[in-house]
Amino acid sequence: MLTATLALGILSALFGLLLGYSAIRFKVEGDPIVEQIDALLPQTQCGQCGFPGCRPYAEAIAAGEADINQCPPGGDSGIQALAELLGVDPKPLNAEHGVPQEKRVAVIDEQTCIGCTLCIQACPVDAIVGAAKQMHTVVAEECTGCDLCVPPCPVDCITMVPVKQDIVTWKWPYPESDTRPIVIARQA
Amino acid sequence: MRRLMVSILEQPLKIPGGLSLASNKAQSLREPLRQAPIPERLIVPLSQHIGEAAEALVGVGDKVLKGQVIARSLNYISAPVHAPTSGTVTDIGEYPVPHPSGLKGVCIVIHADGHDTSAATGLAMDNVFAADAADIRQRVREAGIVGLGGAGFPTAVKLNPGPQRQVELLVINAAECEPYISCDEALICCCTQDVIDGVRIMQHALGATQVVIGIEDNMPRAIECLRDGLARAGSHDIRIVPVPTTYPAGGEKQLIYALTGEEVPSQGLPADLGIVCHNVGTAAAIARALLRGEPLISRVVTVTGAGVRNPCNLEVRIGTPMAEIIEAAGGYTDQVSRLLMGGPMMGISMPSDRVPVIKTTNCLLIASREEAPPPLPASACIRCGQCTDVCPARLLPQQLYWHAHAREFDKIQDYSLFDCIECGCCAQVCPCHIPLVQYYRFAKTEIWDQERQRQKADLARQRHEFRLERLEKEKKALEERRAHARKGLEKRPKAGDADAKKAEIAAALERVKAKKASQDAAARNIDQLTPEQQARIAEVDARRSGDGTAGR
Repeated sequence: MLTATLALGILSALFGLLLGYSAIRFKVEGDPIVEQIDALLPQTQCGQCGFPGCRPYAEAIAAGEADINQCPPGGDSGIQALAELLGVDPKPLNAEHGVPQEKRVAVIDEQTCIGCTLCIQACPVDAIVGAAKQMHTVVAEECTGCDLCVPPCPVDCITMVPVKQDIVTWKWPYPESDTRPIVIARQA
Repeated sequence: MRRLMVSILEQPLKIPGGLSLASNKAQSLREPLRQAPIPERLIVPLSQHIGEAAEALVGVGDKVLKGQVIARSLNYISAPVHAPTSGTVTDIGEYPVPHPSGLKGVCIVIHADGHDTSAATGLAMDNVFAADAADIRQRVREAGIVGLGGAGFPTAVKLNPGPQRQVELLVINAAECEPYISCDEALICCCTQDVIDGVRIMQHALGATQVVIGIEDNMPRAIECLRDGLARAGSHDIRIVPVPTTYPAGGEKQLIYALTGEEVPSQGLPADLGIVCHNVGTAAAIARALLRGEPLISRVVTVTGAGVRNPCNLEVRIGTPMAEIIEAAGGYTDQVSRLLMGGPMMGISMPSDRVPVIKTTNCLLIASREEAPPPLPASACIRCGQCTDVCPARLLPQQLYWHAHAREFDKIQDYSLFDCIECGCCAQVCPCHIPLVQYYRFAKTEIWDQERQRQKADLARQRHEFRLERLEKEKKALEERRAHARKGLEKRPKAGDADAKKAEIAAALERVKAKKASQDAAARNIDQLTPEQQARIAEVDARRSGDGTAGR
């Protein structure tokens, strides 16, 4: 009786120590579900969801404070992915937060720019270069097309232009929609 | 270093799946290979193959010589572009290029001067078989040579198996399996010596112990030419193995399987097995570059189909508009319906015949309505499984189709979508006329696009996090400065303390007085002054020493 109690006691103490050690040694920083949600978001950092960036939105979804259909840049495929991850039913995009648009990039009209730096402060990914009273320009590769630089511009010199499709980014169309003419045009 | 054992089978295997198709090569092989005339205007695209586009080195108005580099490669997986003939650059801009999208690409337009004067390229080597492999690779790269069989992968990259890999077997792909295409056969018959020299140079550069030329058994004339050529050159170590004629026996992985019985692993490379595979046309291009100093500025193109009067094989300068080549082959017949670049199985429809020939253009098929009928309306899949029987990559085309149809891009990759070589066998046999290959191409480009988006999102996340961190730091620095300033304020006397205030005012007055005194005593430039200047100084001094407000 005593041996059994002793043995079990020692065992439980050992396991307790092991568990306690693992809890400290292998502690997971932050909430892994937030990371997973954040990985599915498009990282536009546009704030259309009502949160200041993609990560805060991910945190809100994880905490159950926000719905999964508030991200227009993510579109239906984004909602689908979130629904799959969270095991909930996908729902249509909430139009209150905007509608999905084609990929765009900000372009500064450098002739009009007065160098006020307001757009630089607005850009969530530091994709605008320039300094006070110096001309600004957008680094197109870094621009997420979030529109946030457009409202602060006092001279309205920023326009959002759709990203042109080139041979590298071209995608084969979904077969049913392929209606390109196949008959060649003979040279005159 | 790993040594891998591969051996060439005595009896080549039949590839899994595949189709027996009417070869239709005879019509273009009636006459030997000849040169196509050099057109007046050549349009040379800067991106002609897999990998990054080249960067133009010439400007509008520049005179160029044949073989001169006009665009350089910026990346490892890239190839420079050379002027196909001598002349003047008249434009650098966007022109239609042979691409399924029908989009435009950046091209250099050259107006030929008709002299075809060559530039000194410095590519030729005195003793290539004693040269270092790295030197050979460098020259192959400088010659702009890419795989001439299909996708146009830069050859120098494929000549470099890496330090960890030993190449046991070099496979030369002469198995031109797609119907209508006969450019390799024409090249072998016409330039046998170039082919053999190129093969030996590649063998030397790779250090391959065995070399085998895989060729389809329905090309007896080419086999004969190669046998004679090898016997003359005394290259008895190079074997010629005729493989059973099946479409697509000329696919890289399929040919390797037929010759060695080895299967290239899924998503892997032949180099994983100690095998490297090069096209026979690429071999000839290497020989021309390294022995005669000619960069890749021309290639053999089969011009065939019922839509052209005189089907033939032509050696064409890169950049020649397709219409000119068709003209050189006798022009269109009344039956013309479609223009395809490539063969009937894998060829892509050209939007117009004004697009130029590029390094990967092996065939122009000017098809009649019977040869390339417009696609029949697709009906629902009846799950007959014929597509699975003919798939040479042993995939499940039907499963791939379901997932592509439903846009389930994760699931489709579980069925090895990227091992699909887009040979078109499945679509050919499909009784429901489902455009299967188009579905796979759609899925592949969608997945690549998703990958690009993901990378872009990762970059945006990183930059956003960095920005937040920076703002945090700036905020902290500002707070610190403020705290510092506040400390300075605290040292000063409180508002209620009248005596202290008076003392402070007195101190301030003292400071002003001292400053004034120092100003008066400040050094002046008073040497050698005219009386007039002296008078003005005196006047100013008088004003300053008078009422304090007088100066204002």
